[in-house]
Amino acid sequence: MDLNYILGVLTLAGINLMAVLGLSLLTGFTGMFSFGHAGFMAIGGYTSAMMTVKFGLPFIPALLIGGLAASLVSSVIGRLTLKLKGDYFCIATLGFGEAIRLILDNVQYFGGARGWPGIPHYTQLPNVIILNIIAIIILANIVRSKHGRNMIAVREEELASQTVGINVFKYKLISLMISAAYAGIAGGLMAHYMTFLQPKMFSLVKSTELTIIVIFGGLGSISGSVLGALVLTSLPEILRTFAQWRLVIYGLSVVIIMITRPSGLMGGYEFTPSSMKKLYTRMKNKNKGLPSQMEGGKTV
Amino acid sequence: MNILELKNLTKTFGGLTAVGNVDFEVPKDGISGLIGPNGAGKTTIFNLITGVYKVTDGKIIYKGQDITDKEPYRVAESGITRTFQNIRLFKKLTVYENVLTACHANADYSLIQSVLRTSKCRKQEKELKEKADNLLEIMGLHDRKDLIANNLPYGLQRRLEIARALALNPELLLLDEPAAGMNPDETVQLMTLIAEIRDKFNLTVLIIDHHMDLIMGICEKIMVLNFGCKLAEGTPQEIQNNPKVVEAYLGVEG
Repeated sequence: MDLNYILGVLTLAGINLMAVLGLSLLTGFTGMFSFGHAGFMAIGGYTSAMMTVKFGLPFIPALLIGGLAASLVSSVIGRLTLKLKGDYFCIATLGFGEAIRLILDNVQYFGGARGWPGIPHYTQLPNVIILNIIAIIILANIVRSKHGRNMIAVREEELASQTVGINVFKYKLISLMISAAYAGIAGGLMAHYMTFLQPKMFSLVKSTELTIIVIFGGLGSISGSVLGALVLTSLPEILRTFAQWRLVIYGLSVVIIMITRPSGLMGGYEFTPSSMKKLYTRMKNKNKGLPSQMEGGKTV
Repeated sequence: MNILELKNLTKTFGGLTAVGNVDFEVPKDGISGLIGPNGAGKTTIFNLITGVYKVTDGKIIYKGQDITDKEPYRVAESGITRTFQNIRLFKKLTVYENVLTACHANADYSLIQSVLRTSKCRKQEKELKEKADNLLEIMGLHDRKDLIANNLPYGLQRRLEIARALALNPELLLLDEPAAGMNPDETVQLMTLIAEIRDKFNLTVLIIDHHMDLIMGICEKIMVLNFGCKLAEGTPQEIQNNPKVVEAYLGVEG
């Protein structure tokens, strides 16, 4: 296989990962499903492309402006829809995603449905990796702070969260805005990787792909999202030799994983130094034939 | 002095009056009880006080301030916390995380500070963890702090819910049927626990329950509700001897 081809697949996985990380905060940690994140990617993609192409801004500021634009739009959408419960919010995001795509189809300034060629090729594997590492650190810091724990509490039990003093609406909105910013940056990365934008790239299929990756990796696990993005983005590429059967195999493998591991690949666990240590000691005890609960059992 | 006053409190659902023109005062630092047959509107009153339901008519005064129709999280911030009749823990989180989440009022670092993990954030996180540990110690749950809340025995889940409520440093604690599903032995333990935490945390407690030994044993003041209206109010002795109360619970003789 050609090295450039492998680097290309990894870059694509990294771009997907950026969007998936954001969605992981919203779906995995705050418990809200969105089928409109392709819409936020589109906003980020078109905004950052506009910044580099029409205003000649450097790449990184353009990306950040794209993320900010997506985040601002999400705050408006959030204020209108976050009072909706469960499935209704999900449907509202679905409608939003499709609306963005249809609007872009008709904006001639961006080339409309024909697409927008000639965007500079700025996105490379190294800068995707660096941005993803920063994104993961930010996310991990949020999740293990009181703000992250408030989001998890909202996911677990809304009414109880309110009675312990958590402003449920505020935390849902923060979570949505951060996840939209991640999606916007991912859109910007995609625009400057493909060097071409077309509203069709941000269809409902893209949104569901992101949600599938988050669930596949395991809700409430950042490492699960990373693993999910790497596996599910590269799988269709690895399977390219199977020609028309590849999407069948892709679908089947998602179904099989969800049946055998209903809570996702990582099932809410994280890869951290301390969790690895725990796993290692447990394995060691098992090999000695000494279950770790034994000692605890005797003292009771 | 009264910490909480309900004035002409009314709540209707369509044509049904769940709570009608109820006046009640909760004296500070005391333990008060709210009893009545099923469907009398007891839990509805708790939901009105904590802002879960919107009030149809009337006022709720807490420490001299009108808190009618405040958002539930604001009511919690002002010092009123509650437990639920059907336990509402963060089921999939550990015992420790349940209490830690409720301690958050004590930390005020911002989202940006948590992203950058500034020294303020790390210091406050440490304080939160100490407080949660401390509280679990007092409530006798410390040896089970890493268990998933849903896997706790029923009685301890109730205890954890009270611990979580205490984490907010409340001044008024509302307990909705804390003894539901407990045997007489556990009920006695619960009684001592409630009296203990009242003294230790300087609390005012308002309890809904059907266990008359519990209510009569620790409450200083009792209100009886029937079909959403106040039937009687007074000390345990007065309530026990009130013919209207006996009638509501047992029906009229012959």
